[in-house]
Amino acid sequence: MVRIETNSEAGIFVISIDGDIDASSSIQLDDVMRTSIAERHPKIVISCEKLAYISSAGLGVFMSYIEDINSNDIKMAIYGLNEKVMNVFEILGLDQLLNIVNTKEEASTLVNEV
Amino acid sequence: MKYSINIPCRKANLSKIRNFVAGVLRKYGVDDVEVNNLVLAVDEVCANLIIHSYKCDPDEKLEVDIDINNKKITFDIHDHSDGFDIREHPEPALEEIIKSRKKGGVGLLLVKRIMDDIDFIKGDNTRVVRLTKFRS
Repeated sequence: MVRIETNSEAGIFVISIDGDIDASSSIQLDDVMRTSIAERHPKIVISCEKLAYISSAGLGVFMSYIEDINSNDIKMAIYGLNEKVMNVFEILGLDQLLNIVNTKEEASTLVNEV
Repeated sequence: MKYSINIPCRKANLSKIRNFVAGVLRKYGVDDVEVNNLVLAVDEVCANLIIHSYKCDPDEKLEVDIDINNKKITFDIHDHSDGFDIREHPEPALEEIIKSRKKGGVGLLLVKRIMDDIDFIKGDNTRVVRLTKFRS
């Protein structure tokens, strides 16, 4: 089960994920990601401080929007991954393809870079 | 020691399988990151079977057995459908998946990278996906 909340803070669209993203719940992340990109938010920060688990279904959602994010000049950063979740991104090498940082401040700085 | 769970083929039941696997592994002192990786590998195979082989039919049951000792951990995932041999599944390049904007394709890649051995055992009416991890 996952709970996903969104809000705007100082020009940054923040997506906060709480819970597990698996084959059953990844559709919720997909809905939020699709809407966020369709609404053309230029700066997106994803908070994973409460993301307890992610499977390929969730990773697949992030991967499927990399091209759209790049072609729409959207800046996106992900922060707050716990050690277990970070390890899963690293197994696939996704940590090299997505902007993953430790803190919210680092994520904000990254998306605010010109 | 052997442990087993048998549950209806619903995607919502994946979390029950994960809790079962994690519970067993923690009892044997497997560290957190390794528990998560092994839980993930089992979750990926089960999700695949529930969605593609059983078409999320709750009348069908999925069985996962764990055999754990000092040397290795074996997960047997029982499949009564015409399941495919996951070892023959092509390993897509990450860049191709990203370019195609597809949402699937990395599950079995994760399983292959996490586990030491993947076997596919065919019986008359059943198939078993056997995942093995050696304990160091």
